[in-house]
Amino acid sequence: MAFGSFVVMRDLTFDVAQGEILVIMGGSGSGKSTLLKHMIGLLRPSDGTVQLQGNALWELDEEERSALLRTTGVLYQKGALWSTMTLAENIGLPLREYTDLNDTDIDRIVSLKLALVGLRGFESFYPHEISGGMRKRAALARAVALDPDILFFDEPTSGLDPVSARRLDDLVLQLRDSLNTTIVVVTHDLESIFTIADRALYLDIETKTMTALGPPEELRSNPPNPRVHQFLTRSLEAE
Amino acid sequence: MQVDAHYTDRTLVLRPTGTWSLRSPLPSLRDAVDAANVTGPVDTIAFETDDLENWDSSLVTFLFETAEFCREQDIEIRTETLPASLARLVSLSQAVPEQDTDDEEGPSGLLARMGLWALDVYDEMLDVLAFIGQVVQSLFGLLTRQVRMRWRTFGVALQSSTSSALPIVTVISLLVGLIIAFLGAVVLRRFGADYYVSYLVSYGMLRELGALMTAIIMTGRTGAAFAAEIGSMKIAEEIDALKTLGISPIDFLVTPRLLAIVIALPLLTVYADVLGILGGLAVATTMLDLSYTQFFTGLLEPVVLADGLVGIVKSVVYGAIIGISGCMRGLQTGNDASAVGQATTSAVVTGIILIVLANAIIDWAAAVLQV
Repeated sequence: MAFGSFVVMRDLTFDVAQGEILVIMGGSGSGKSTLLKHMIGLLRPSDGTVQLQGNALWELDEEERSALLRTTGVLYQKGALWSTMTLAENIGLPLREYTDLNDTDIDRIVSLKLALVGLRGFESFYPHEISGGMRKRAALARAVALDPDILFFDEPTSGLDPVSARRLDDLVLQLRDSLNTTIVVVTHDLESIFTIADRALYLDIETKTMTALGPPEELRSNPPNPRVHQFLTRSLEAE
Repeated sequence: MQVDAHYTDRTLVLRPTGTWSLRSPLPSLRDAVDAANVTGPVDTIAFETDDLENWDSSLVTFLFETAEFCREQDIEIRTETLPASLARLVSLSQAVPEQDTDDEEGPSGLLARMGLWALDVYDEMLDVLAFIGQVVQSLFGLLTRQVRMRWRTFGVALQSSTSSALPIVTVISLLVGLIIAFLGAVVLRRFGADYYVSYLVSYGMLRELGALMTAIIMTGRTGAAFAAEIGSMKIAEEIDALKTLGISPIDFLVTPRLLAIVIALPLLTVYADVLGILGGLAVATTMLDLSYTQFFTGLLEPVVLADGLVGIVKSVVYGAIIGISGCMRGLQTGNDASAVGQATTSAVVTGIILIVLANAIIDWAAAVLQV
C-alpha cells in the first residue's frame, strides 16, 4: 500500500475465512483504515492483489467489481449516512437500486433492519436528529440492507459510550452467528478486540508490515514481539 | 418462495417453503391467513420449516411482521421450530420496543400558518438586528483596540474579494456597458440624440449599474463563499471551539470578512464603472460613428461628481449587506451537510433582496436630497 512513493505498509498476506471475525489493529496512523480501503476497493494496492470471494478485485472490469462489492457492506467510521435522506431512505436506497422489490416490500425490510439495530420507529428521522450511537447503528442497518456476505467496519465503537459500544459489539456477534457473515473490523478498542475477534492482525507502524496474526488472547499471553504486547496491554514501555 | 398455512385447533401453522430471497416480492401474512381458511379464533401461531431451503432478510422480515401482529393481537407465537439462527434474528428484532417518536402536531389552517410565518419573520428580524448589533460592537472594539484585528483572515478575504473577482467583474461590466449603449443607440438615434449615448452609459453605470451588478456578482461569489466557509466550520464544531476558548466568532470570523468586502466593493465598483464606460465607447464609436472626443465630451459635460459618489456610497452599503448576510447565514447553519447548501442559498437570496431594497431606498433619499 503506497501513496505515490510513500509506502504505508508492505508484505501484507492474510486471508479471512467465511463466518470469521478478523480485527485489524494497530496504533494511530499505522494504516488500518488504509488497509480497509484497499479491501473494499476504494484504493488500489501499489503491488499485489486483493481477493474477495476468490476474485481478484482489480482484475475485474468495473461492472464486475461493482457487482462483487455489492456482496459486501461497509460501516464507515462516522456512519456516513446521507444527510439529506431519512433513515428509511438511507437504508432503502441500496434495496431500491439493486432489487426489484416494490416500495411496500422495501418499507417492510427497512423496518426490520431498523428493528434489528434497535431503532424501531425512527424511519422518518434525519441523521442529524439522532445521537452518534444511533447514527452508527442506523449506518449498520444500511450496511446490512442487502444481506452482504462480508461486512467491513471502520472503528465501529469510536465515539460511543461503553454501553453503546458493548451493544454494538453484541450486534456484530449476533449478525455473524445468525447469518454467518464474514466480518472485518478495524479498531484499536481493546475491549472490542477481546470481545468479538476470532483473530486479530497487528499492523506495526515502525516496520511497516503486519507483525502478528492470531486469536487476541493468544497474542496477549504469548506476544510475538514487544510492540504487540505493549498494544494489547496498554503499556507505556515495550518489554 | 412462498408461505402455506393451515388452521387446526385454534392454531395457525405457517409453512415457509423454498428459497427466500430479497430479489423476489415478499409474501404477506395477510395472504397466508386468507389462504388458510381460518374458521375460528387463533390463540397460537406456529411454524413448520421442513421444506424451507435458503433464506435471507426477506424471511426474517416476514417473521418480524408476524411477531408484531401476534403482539398486537395478543396471540402466542411459537418460534422453537424455527432454525436457531432465524429465531435469534426474530428475537433480536423484537428486543427493543418501538420508540414513541411522534412529534406534537402544530396548528393547521391558513390563518395559523400565516401567524406562524409572521412570528418566524419577526424572530428573523430580531436575529438580524442582534447580529448587526454584535458586528457594530466588534467594530467599535476594533476602533478602541479592545478587539484584535485578524489581519490574516482579512487579507485572504480581501484578496478573494478583489483580485480573484476581477475576471468576472471585467466581463460582466464590459457587457453591461455594451448593452446600455446598444439600447441607447437604438432609442436615441430615433430622436437624433446619438450624442447623448455616452451620458446614458456613464450616468447608468456610475449611479446604478456599476455598483448593482458588482454587488450581485459578489453576493453570488463572495457572500456564498462566506456562508459556506463559516457553515462548514460550524458543522465541524470549530465555532464551538472558538466560543469555549472565549474568542468571539464575530471578532474572529465576521469582522475581518466584513471589512474586506466593504473595502473591496467600492474598488470593484470604480473598476466596473470604467469598464462599463469602455463598453459603451466601443458601441458608440462603431455603431453610432461618434468620435472618442465626442463621446468623452458628452460624458464629462453632464455627469457630475455626485453621480459617482452615489454609486460609491451604494457600493459600501452593498458590501456591508453581502458581508453580513453571508456571515450571518454561515453562523446560522444547521448540523448536517445539506445545511451548508441551505445557508449558502439563503445568503445569496437574502443578499440580493436587501441590495435591491437598499438601492431603492438610496435612490429615493438621493432624490429627496436632490443629489
